[in-house]
Amino acid sequence: MSACVRQALLLALVLGGLAWFGHNAALKLAEQGVSGGFAFLGREAGFAIAESPLAYGPGDSYLRALAVGLLNTLKVAAPALLGATLLGTLVGIGLRARNRLAARLARAYVEALRNVPLLLQLFLWYALLTEALPPPRQAWQPLPGVFLSGRGLFLPAPGAHPAWAAAGWGLLAGLAAALPAGRWRRGRRGRGVAMVALVLAPPLAAWLAAGGLGAWTLPALSGFNFVGGLVLSPEFAALGLGLTLYSASYIAEIVRAGLDAVPAGQREAAAALGLKPGQALRLVVLPQALRVIVPPLAGQYLSLVKNSSLAVAIGYPDLVSVANTAINQTGHAIEGVAIIMAAYLSVSLAVAALMEVYNRRVALRGQA
Amino acid sequence: MSGGGWRGRWFASPREATLSLVLLGLLAWTLPGLLRWALWDARWGGDAEACRAAVGACWAFVGEKWRLILFGLYPPGEQWRPALAMGLLAAVAAAAVWRRRPLWGAWAAVLALDAWLLAGGAGLAPVPVSRWGGLPLTLLLTVIGLAGAFPLALVLALGRRSPLPVVRLLATGYVELIRGVPLVSVLFMASTMFPLLLPPGFGLDKLARAQLALVLFVAAYLAEAIRGGLQAIPDGQYEAAAALGLGERRALATVILPQALRASLPAITGIAIGTFKDTSLVLIIGLFDLMTATRAALGDPRWLGFSAEAYLFAGSIYGVLSWALSRAGRRLEERG
Repeated sequence: MSACVRQALLLALVLGGLAWFGHNAALKLAEQGVSGGFAFLGREAGFAIAESPLAYGPGDSYLRALAVGLLNTLKVAAPALLGATLLGTLVGIGLRARNRLAARLARAYVEALRNVPLLLQLFLWYALLTEALPPPRQAWQPLPGVFLSGRGLFLPAPGAHPAWAAAGWGLLAGLAAALPAGRWRRGRRGRGVAMVALVLAPPLAAWLAAGGLGAWTLPALSGFNFVGGLVLSPEFAALGLGLTLYSASYIAEIVRAGLDAVPAGQREAAAALGLKPGQALRLVVLPQALRVIVPPLAGQYLSLVKNSSLAVAIGYPDLVSVANTAINQTGHAIEGVAIIMAAYLSVSLAVAALMEVYNRRVALRGQA
Repeated sequence: MSGGGWRGRWFASPREATLSLVLLGLLAWTLPGLLRWALWDARWGGDAEACRAAVGACWAFVGEKWRLILFGLYPPGEQWRPALAMGLLAAVAAAAVWRRRPLWGAWAAVLALDAWLLAGGAGLAPVPVSRWGGLPLTLLLTVIGLAGAFPLALVLALGRRSPLPVVRLLATGYVELIRGVPLVSVLFMASTMFPLLLPPGFGLDKLARAQLALVLFVAAYLAEAIRGGLQAIPDGQYEAAAALGLGERRALATVILPQALRASLPAITGIAIGTFKDTSLVLIIGLFDLMTATRAALGDPRWLGFSAEAYLFAGSIYGVLSWALSRAGRRLEERG
């Protein structure tokens, strides 16, 4: 039997199986009186979503509800990615620190968080945030205008105030000043700090001059809860915190493996050149370690985005949670699951593509 | 003195000393409160009222609920059966790791015995699948999930390296599709879509559907681990096998795969631990595993508000078993 015939048979088998599944599904859906297709997306969703970056009400369509879910997924994944990267790098360097105490603590952190299911950690953080924190009336106030309570974290929010516009113009002015100054002090020490100061000083000055300190709306106690300001719900906080701490333990091991991959001679050479340990790490070791770190780091980022789907267990309205509600209400299981999968595949592909661009930048070039 | 004693290790330079002091300060700030809560102020016995009056942890809650957490809704009088089943499983796993042999026969015998112990019949009181729960269910999902995924993963890994484009495309498509979506969505697919795909009159119970979802999901990751191992085999091995007159299949079975699987052992250990932890997600589709049983224990209205204690207890079970798995993997790697 030639290779062509075998492949044709395999393809026929797979397609036949899919067709059989489709046929069964069509029979059962017809029995239940559900018509297939994505037309249900235009219908009124009829359920409320607890937090939404878009204007959304129960009268809006399923499509809009799913969009809110996707935005909520991105809203929690983006800061968690950033936080996990920073914390993971710190702990990863700690794993190889000469200081024994630092190394022991970093090891304890990694082992404790990596060996326990993320779902359990999310439940624990959620329980601590909702049960152990006081009710709004007795909320903790660690900083003026910042309230920590079992109903969430309440922060001052930028209010409608001319100071923000002034800061925007100031930023433009700072950038305009920095661009021609770009050649100045090239290659000299402290250039980076000077450039950052040049860009940031004008907006800060303009913001202060226009009364920026008063440009916040503060959360205020009203009845049984706070109103005004920026609210981080316990669900959002637990999910963000859990994802950050859990992913950081994996990123720490990736960073450690990257550091181990740099030959000891490189550190010694850096020391021989008179670089201090911190400088050696920043200028010699990390750039070389990044080549080993970036590919598995990309995989870890994808895991984090996918893990954000555990939101459904603690009641954060992410894409999976909203789609699940839609499936339960309409019976469009196949379409709902297809939408979830398509959305995650797109996000995964986007993250993978971005990381690949970065990987090309740090990869070794011109190997002789 | 190499290492320099505690002074050399912790206070070698001003930088190190500062770091040590900061970390010690952090410990001094957090540790005493934590220990007071977990040990000195904790209640080790008594009822919920006594616990609520105390300021520390309520380990009495764990004492009251450990059977529910460990065994779920399994009939209390019969709980020696899942306990024995887990003991047998642990024994065969330990023996296989210790002797560094697969022990296929022993595994098959233990799994059959465990099935009989859990389900009953032939002298034991029958217990329906819907009453199975807790840690035995978690272990069952893990072991069958991995064992079921393995053959599929092998086919997928070989398929991705096949010279035939259709085979390669199908295997690659499957692996990348599954790896691109979260396990939650595959579990949803199992609980909502699978019943639709079967012909009328056929059904799968909830446990079988979750198990199938886990197998399909794990297989994609396992396939990548095995493919990595296959890539580590130099071409000379294929050529040498061919020169010995081995056919393609015998070369694969006796020369290539044993080496490839050895090379992918670290990745496979990671996947095994991941699968063990991921079984907790069956909570989302309502199976009564260790995670769900813990939540159920917390739902008792007489004992509300001891979440931290329950999660720490369940978390330490997951933690110890994950750690044991990683140890087992390391021992298999350093095969002498």
